[in-house]
Amino acid sequence: MSHWIREAFAGKKAFITYVTCGDPDLSTTRQILLALNEVGVDMIELGFPFSDPTGEGPVILQSNLRALDGGLKVDDAFALLEHVREEIEVPIIIRTYANVVYAYGKERFIMRASEAGADGLLLSDVPFEEKEEFAPICRRYGIDMISLIAPTSEDRIEKIASEAEGFVYCISSLGVTGMREEITTDIRSMVEAARRYADIPVAIGFGISTPEQAAEMAQIADGVIVGSAIVKLIGDYGHDAIEEVSRFVQSMREAID
Amino acid sequence: MANENDSRSRGRFDVYGGQYVPETLMNVLAGLEDAYNQCRENEAFEEELRALLKRVARRPSRLYYAKNLSEELGGAQIYFKREDLNPTGSHCINSALGQVLLAKWMGKKGVICDTASGSNGVATASAASLLGLSCDVFMGIDDMARQRGQVDKMHLLGATVHVVTNGGFEEGTWKDALSEAMREWSNRVEDTNLVMSSAVGPHPYPTIVKEFQTLLSKEIKERCLYEINRLPDMIIAPVGGGAAALGAFDAFLEEENISLIGCEAAGEVLEASLSPSALTTGRKGIFHGMKTYFCQDEEGQIEPVTSCAAGLAYPGVSPELAALYDSERVEILSVTDAEALEAFAKVAAKEGILASLESAHALACAISLAPELPKDQVMVVLLTGSGDKDAEEILRLLEMED
Repeated sequence: MSHWIREAFAGKKAFITYVTCGDPDLSTTRQILLALNEVGVDMIELGFPFSDPTGEGPVILQSNLRALDGGLKVDDAFALLEHVREEIEVPIIIRTYANVVYAYGKERFIMRASEAGADGLLLSDVPFEEKEEFAPICRRYGIDMISLIAPTSEDRIEKIASEAEGFVYCISSLGVTGMREEITTDIRSMVEAARRYADIPVAIGFGISTPEQAAEMAQIADGVIVGSAIVKLIGDYGHDAIEEVSRFVQSMREAID
Repeated sequence: MANENDSRSRGRFDVYGGQYVPETLMNVLAGLEDAYNQCRENEAFEEELRALLKRVARRPSRLYYAKNLSEELGGAQIYFKREDLNPTGSHCINSALGQVLLAKWMGKKGVICDTASGSNGVATASAASLLGLSCDVFMGIDDMARQRGQVDKMHLLGATVHVVTNGGFEEGTWKDALSEAMREWSNRVEDTNLVMSSAVGPHPYPTIVKEFQTLLSKEIKERCLYEINRLPDMIIAPVGGGAAALGAFDAFLEEENISLIGCEAAGEVLEASLSPSALTTGRKGIFHGMKTYFCQDEEGQIEPVTSCAAGLAYPGVSPELAALYDSERVEILSVTDAEALEAFAKVAAKEGILASLESAHALACAISLAPELPKDQVMVVLLTGSGDKDAEEILRLLEMED
């Protein structure tokens, strides 16, 4: 188990951000990661793009496609991760889909992830029932496999949370990733249920796009995950997104603290 | 040690299948599986389904003896199982009625479905109208362009048709339609069911869709015994997702001496990364909720496969068919666009039947295999749908050939 992930939550509300590697190109991703680090995010989810990410809304889907269109390969993503690791200390979680890991070779992928300095792996289409194909390899290489709970999880929360590693990712709403005007789920009781069975932090993601929402979610959980709102800026501004992303992430950081 | 079999999910066919979906759908799939099992054991559900299949889908159907074609080829006697004559024009009505009835019994207000050639869209829209549910169809923009008549039919049946592109890029076919249908469903799980177009996706879909199509092989068996007093020697069916083929093969799986042949589309030429021949050119992978063979590049990115038959242009295949292929119980052949068009023309000329482009792939295999077989052998070819939907597209393709 990565103690770095636990430390990201120590003494504060953790602010976790997602970006897709290679969107629109590797050098922009590198600059954005450094900017996120500069602003002081507590953890980074680095997306390894997949051609058909069925759990993503249009913003992150398009971001995945832009990265692949730019020619990004898995080895390029690992090389970037290894490179920024020299400058970024906060935990980095690789977020992707099962087939990207499967095609590269499960053990080979997870070993390389560990070498490159990843702390966790989040596979959006690998639920509790399928994780044994990946989790034992992750444990061997010191990578936490991140588990998710959703508004539909109900009786499943116990088994998911009790085996969860790193932190529990609490999905705020039905549907796929993407910005939402309001979050109507009773998240408080989901977070409480997760805490009953897991002695690790709980963070909320999906749909959080404004400082107000981030502040509200930080009240409820140990951390807040923001993806689509950042990726949308990268989509809108491309190579020039660094400043916009910094400003936005700064406002979210202040709201969470 | 983690390996292929370290799954705690149900719905495995050897190493294939499973439930590789976001957590949001897991309890929903469990609820669907429970409801399905309860319904299939409930005599009232079964009675209602039987009545629908008889009254609406006009089951059972007879076999058609393709006398002219058999005589010209001079080999095996060729029979057609004609799903092209079904209301809404394809085999899809069998599983659409079953799945929409299940949604109704589960108290759902509507259904969401994916469609490639439009066959599942039209069938599901029709079944939803009949049973009083709303219907949202997801269809790729490229498929809509070549199956416009199908889109019109869905509209006229009261369905909402959603144009799907791959994330705003200009392309969109079956895989994109299914991805988008899954996304929409994960947002509307409370009051809708997903009606799956083929025996693909996460468990329990491959089993549910297959089981609603097994009436095909039961009817083939009964009609063969009744009409020619013997079982067939060979069953030939097109393979897109694999539901129709599995349905046509199911009752014969134990009869080892009966050849079961699935026909995948090769597209223009058989080539990895272009052909939707997942079993012939694909590799094991994980996508759309299942582990099975997929057309993919070295990095695991799913390939944008093409075929003249929209309903065969899927980069994956049913996990159950993958297992039957591995065990060599089912043989898979690959058919090019040109071979399918030629078979279409021959059957139109000899039998006066306009078969769908999907069916034409099975006909192409039949036409190449029949002359090699003795005259006392019997082959049954599954025509999954009518060529009415393809008339315009076939004329266009034939003009391009000239």
